[in-house]
Amino acid sequence: MAKVTIDGQTIEVADGTTILQAARMVGPAVAPPAMCFYTNLKTSGGYCRTCIVEVSKGSDKDPRPMPKLVASCRTTVMDGMEVKNFSSEKVLDARKGVVEFLLLNHPLDCPICDQAGECHLQDLGYEHGSAKTRTDFERRTFEKISLGDKIQLHMTRCILCYRCVKVAEQITDGRVHGVMNRGDVSEISTYIEQAIENDFSGNIIDVCPVGALTDKTFRFKSRVWFTKPVNAHRNCDKCSGKTVIWYKGEEVTRVTGRKNQWGEVEEFICNTCRFDKKQTSDWTIEGPTAVSHQSVISANHYMKMVKPNELTLNNIKPIGMLTEGENK
Amino acid sequence: MSKKILLEHIDVPGIETLEVYRAKGGYASVEKALKTMTQDAIVEEVKKSGLRGRGGAGFPTGMKWSFLAKPEGVARYLVCNADESEPGTFKDRYLMEKIPHLLIEGMITSSFALGANTSYIYVRGEYFYIIKILEKAIDDAYKAGLLGQNILGTGYNLDLHVQAGAGAYICGEETALLESLEGKRGNPRIKPPFPAIAGLFACPTIVNNVETIAAVVPIVNNGGDWYAGIGIGKSTGTKLISASGHINKPGVYEIEMGITVEDFIYSEEYCGGIKNGKKLKAVVAGGSSVPILPADLILTTANGEKRLMSYESLADGGFATGTMLGSGGFIVMDETTNIVENLYTFARFYHHESCGQCSPCREGTGWMEKILHKILDGHGTLEDVDLLWEIQRKIEGNTICPLGDAAAWPVASAIRHFKTEFEEFVKNPSAFKKVKHYHNMHGLATA
Repeated sequence: MAKVTIDGQTIEVADGTTILQAARMVGPAVAPPAMCFYTNLKTSGGYCRTCIVEVSKGSDKDPRPMPKLVASCRTTVMDGMEVKNFSSEKVLDARKGVVEFLLLNHPLDCPICDQAGECHLQDLGYEHGSAKTRTDFERRTFEKISLGDKIQLHMTRCILCYRCVKVAEQITDGRVHGVMNRGDVSEISTYIEQAIENDFSGNIIDVCPVGALTDKTFRFKSRVWFTKPVNAHRNCDKCSGKTVIWYKGEEVTRVTGRKNQWGEVEEFICNTCRFDKKQTSDWTIEGPTAVSHQSVISANHYMKMVKPNELTLNNIKPIGMLTEGENK
Repeated sequence: MSKKILLEHIDVPGIETLEVYRAKGGYASVEKALKTMTQDAIVEEVKKSGLRGRGGAGFPTGMKWSFLAKPEGVARYLVCNADESEPGTFKDRYLMEKIPHLLIEGMITSSFALGANTSYIYVRGEYFYIIKILEKAIDDAYKAGLLGQNILGTGYNLDLHVQAGAGAYICGEETALLESLEGKRGNPRIKPPFPAIAGLFACPTIVNNVETIAAVVPIVNNGGDWYAGIGIGKSTGTKLISASGHINKPGVYEIEMGITVEDFIYSEEYCGGIKNGKKLKAVVAGGSSVPILPADLILTTANGEKRLMSYESLADGGFATGTMLGSGGFIVMDETTNIVENLYTFARFYHHESCGQCSPCREGTGWMEKILHKILDGHGTLEDVDLLWEIQRKIEGNTICPLGDAAAWPVASAIRHFKTEFEEFVKNPSAFKKVKHYHNMHGLATA
């Protein structure tokens, strides 16, 4: 076991735990944002640099601070380690830089992007980025690529987190896509436009933090905040069958894996569940999916996760109910 | 004074052949090491010699070797990093081309010291003709019983392979090199684990520069103490310097560490002074990635001492007033050099060579190049110079591998020491502008 202190909060975790995992155990108040790390994917993380933290004390044995900021997703804790995340000016400054780099060539086409509303880059930009861009150069663009009849690749939006490559490597039978080219012209692609077709390929949509990989059966059907997520399951011989189905009115618009509070899929689901089962009769409904009150999806949701306390409730006037005096 | 150790026999006709090389005392270190020394004794000698990595980082070689994990029943590898791609550096090419057996000898001795039975020389792809030279030398060594099974009847086996890179600067980073050697995309690995624990094919591996491995030969022959007696302080031995730029005698020079920079630039023995009687303006002392220094700071340190050609003296003053010995790529610039234009060349290189794995380097290098291009094109503003400073600051230290730092340092140092030049360029570009349009904005390969 190792004792680690993150932003002043101490927790004891098993040896081999990463700083990021330990911080998540403490809670969202100290957990660094992560764009490329994915708990269920081995060797993921380390690329995007958003989760960098300052290690102000290496361990009890060797108390020297680490010379550089480290990627918390790939650095394991040591007994007595002290980590600064939100309490370090250096980290916040460097992270702001990373967000700026990630957005430098991002098209910012959120108004027409299906991921808007559940996009990690939107959240990251909102929480850690600047309001204005400092670049006036033309942004990098790529041709859209169709990866078969179910998945659309929109490389222009990609932040090269490598998650989809790891899914293909670790979850599916054979990887037919990867990163081509080098530097800022590298792109996710199949070699000579091939379709990605296997039972679990749809998971690359779920792991994509941005709108680079989207579900063709759902594209342009609805903004996500107009849909209502419901936990459901079915007997499936390929996967656990535990999913979230998204309703718009009576219609099941899409099916996804169940995500935890960090936006990571708990269990990967098969393509049959994801693409072919779009009738309520296909599913056993468990109940509404818990949606964080911070999520834009909750704005239109029937169940608020966090009730406002009474004090603030008394101070807020319900919209649409004007007092008599104001009405005049 | 001139001290030749690695290049002692460089002028002997036919030194590239095995016969002449052996006649001049070649392969003595192999005989000595394999027949009279234990593995630990060799490592001890290298430690005593104070030899430091010649590829650029200057990490003590003996210490690196002692980190090598030695689990039972697991193969160990020695990999020679001959992916010499740092602009301004060409010493390894010279060594391998002119005296290939020195490297082979060093590989055999070092592999024995580390207990490796298979070793690789990873050669930069553009050095295709050197690959042929090395392969010929290796063939001859096999025939002479210096490689293969039961070397010199001692029972030690070693297979040595040459692997060509495919033309990527990033593959000079040791973990990217290992990935490439394994047949994968040459992306740097995230450390830890370090190669000494899990390197090539997940086995313990040591990666050393060509010059480092070559230096093991005289160290084994003459002892670590002898080598430690050469040079100055912790910069022991000799160093190959690739001198280029506005000097009368560009080329590869072997220097004893500790000679003054002034001596190196102006003496007839080395660079022979600045070309056409011009004045010295600036020097990039250790390959394109190390900070550029103006004439006064490269000749004397900030506290007025003469600057020496050594790891410590060149680094004196930190990055504020110092630089690094790096790989020894010594680029000299005279008063006609335009620092902004020069910086653009460097920035374009690092943009082109970024592997694209981590975001600060992937996006930042291209951004810096675009801003410099804008300045050169006459559309720059004073804010652009400040922005450049900001970008390099956000890249440095925040990337997976040192390429990010290598891209940031030239920008930082150029602005630090030559800010007025940037400002003048921005205010009156037509006075400086020579080339109207720079192409290859996006780093795409051009024919």
